[in-house]
Amino acid sequence: MLSRTADSLYWLSRYMERAENLSRIIGVAERLGTLPSAYMAASSEWASAIATAACEDIFYNNYKEATRANVIEFLVASEANPSSILTCVETARNNARAVRTALTTEMWEIINNLWYEVKKFKLTNIDPNQLGRFLLVIQEASLRFDGTAYRTMLRTDHFRFQRIGTFIERADNIARLIDVKYHVLLPETEQVGGGLDYFQWSAILRAVGALTSYNWVYRDNVKPWLVADFMILRTEQPRSLISSYDNLNRQLDSLAEVYGRQGPSQRIARATYASLENQRIDELFQSGLHEFLTDFIGQNNALGAAVAEQYLL
Amino acid sequence: MTPKGSQTIIFNEMTGNDGRLRDGYHAIQHFLDETPPDILMTRKAEAELFFRRIGITFNVYGDAEGTERLIPFDIVPRVLTMPEWTKLAKGLEQRVLALNAFIADVYADRRIVAEGLVPEELILQNQAFQPAMAQIKPPGGVHVHIAGIDIVRDGPDGFYVLEDNARTPSGVSYMLENREAMMRLFPELFGRIRIAPVDNYTDNLLQTLRSVAPPRTSSDPTVVLLTPGAFNSAYYEHSFLADKMGIELVEGRDLYVRGNIVYMRTTEGPKRVDVIYRRIDDEFLDPLVFNPVSVLGVPGLMSAYAAGNVTISNAVGTGVCDDKAIYSYMPEIVKFYLGQEPLLANVPTWRCREPKALAYVLDHLDELVVKEVNGSGGYGMLVGPHATKDEIETFRRRLKAQPEGFIAQPTLSLSTVPCFVESGLAPRHVDLRPYVLCGSDSVRVVPGGLTRVALKEGSLVVNSSQGGGTKDTWVVEGDMA
Repeated sequence: MLSRTADSLYWLSRYMERAENLSRIIGVAERLGTLPSAYMAASSEWASAIATAACEDIFYNNYKEATRANVIEFLVASEANPSSILTCVETARNNARAVRTALTTEMWEIINNLWYEVKKFKLTNIDPNQLGRFLLVIQEASLRFDGTAYRTMLRTDHFRFQRIGTFIERADNIARLIDVKYHVLLPETEQVGGGLDYFQWSAILRAVGALTSYNWVYRDNVKPWLVADFMILRTEQPRSLISSYDNLNRQLDSLAEVYGRQGPSQRIARATYASLENQRIDELFQSGLHEFLTDFIGQNNALGAAVAEQYLL
Repeated sequence: MTPKGSQTIIFNEMTGNDGRLRDGYHAIQHFLDETPPDILMTRKAEAELFFRRIGITFNVYGDAEGTERLIPFDIVPRVLTMPEWTKLAKGLEQRVLALNAFIADVYADRRIVAEGLVPEELILQNQAFQPAMAQIKPPGGVHVHIAGIDIVRDGPDGFYVLEDNARTPSGVSYMLENREAMMRLFPELFGRIRIAPVDNYTDNLLQTLRSVAPPRTSSDPTVVLLTPGAFNSAYYEHSFLADKMGIELVEGRDLYVRGNIVYMRTTEGPKRVDVIYRRIDDEFLDPLVFNPVSVLGVPGLMSAYAAGNVTISNAVGTGVCDDKAIYSYMPEIVKFYLGQEPLLANVPTWRCREPKALAYVLDHLDELVVKEVNGSGGYGMLVGPHATKDEIETFRRRLKAQPEGFIAQPTLSLSTVPCFVESGLAPRHVDLRPYVLCGSDSVRVVPGGLTRVALKEGSLVVNSSQGGGTKDTWVVEGDMA
């Protein structure tokens, strides 16, 4: 396939995934914002939303304070933000248009419809009711896009690049989400099971739509190390880091098989997967969760660069 | 062909000149009679939704909003009966074979000039003439693989060619999507009438393109569609056709030439390209030969083409056929190359380059249509009967200053077909663009074509840039009771 086509498919999928994650981050912050102040963490939910979205620099260049209104404005549709939800949708559609032939009709229609849907919202000073509906539209479109790609795409390299984009973006977003909350996940410094943190931990699960499944896997109260275990190391959890890398390995191996050539991307993905596979959560906490996640995000970026170098240029 | 002054009878393709329903329209009339207007209105709205959803929009250049617009679609189909179409199709095949013979001759010995039938300066001074093509012999000797022949009608048997489009004719995706829309919106009609399908067009196109691959290539030539990119107004069509054919949609930057061979950049490294269905104009193809600032093309493409390592479709320099002065010689061209009488008539044409014709045209400006020989899109023309005195005088000066730049034709009484407009059903003028495919193996035409409608009451201009719309075109078995 054309390198440019692969590039557009890859980025299209990254932007769709990013749009969903951003909308989940806002949703969770909005929910935590309704709690009495006694339940709140030390830093505001809205500041941590900005940190999770990895856009602190641009945000604080444009706003003094991470208030609810500012953060929502910035993450939803601000022109100052190159990866606002709106921009993600627009970029996804531009990429989709550029590679119409590489998408199935169903995938195109989801993105095209989303674009028309999103344009109907009045996004400046959006009221809470509208915001809720907007976030839902984004999340549903992303789920449908993912499912449609899975069900309608030929299992050729097109599909591989679509998946690779999705999982690299997902791994990045999840790692950042955990990292921003890592202070509340540190069990040593806090009295375990305090009412204050419960909502912070469950917020992480809620942000990835995993609160219910957590109960099914652990049959236990929401505990910080279990949350970290669930989101980093458990293969049952489809959005965990190890699940993303399991998928990345498979897609990259399949590319290597079809193309008859291995490269740096395969090596990096395999190494990262191995390091997750051999990890135990208690050891991980001992050696430092934040250090681990920083390292992981760096490795994940390196994989993105290697994929670009190997296939997309 | 009625000059101004006499009673113009406008032929209505549904009700004829006598008000009696014509063959092929009975089921449609019946459907329109039994369906309340509000239901028709709903279907019309659904059609618009369908087109937006699949993204068959065109960009409007210079629009800051980046608006994507729809070409208006009319839900009442236009009907041709099988006998009408069969006759027309024969004429179209003949015309495109003649165009191909002509263009091959233009870039070889120019026998037609030696015979004194077409003046040489019409060819050599033509803006679309490409001297480089004298050295290049496309596979099978076919230059025009895809032609759009614009047809107008003024009576039951009065079909005329208005224009030949042998460069990169567009619009075929509308022909195909209009049918899709109609099948979704009016399944009950399709149950009652047998309509010749058109959806094999893209298969035919791929076969045609494969048939003209360079002879040395493998049995499975790599065909690509070269687009200027997603911002081009016809981008939807490019992606649609590439998708239906299962070929890569490439931009200039995806291709490069090494050792006179064209490659595309793929995730597996370079891949050789054999046939390029290009949807960019000659002058942007290769910055080394044509427009040096073009970023749409591929440096070195022309030399790979000259080396016979790649086929460009349509061939470079086919635009000579689109020239309206050349058009006026088509009857002679058909007779000269094929030894046959033309099956399709031309609209009578005065070549203003000839002094006698010029004198006549200057005397009758208020009743003629005057066109630039290399104009298109309905621009740069004078429609005498609709023009003001000032416009006529301005045009008279242009005509006198450069007579060879113009031709003139009588004002046509274009046929009408009923359209569903705001006030209900009303007749609107139409033309027809069938798409003719010419490979080295055979000529292929799918039944029908793109019907364009002048949606403004009384207007004769069908171009989408000037208020034109489209409708589905049905070639049907007769349904006379």
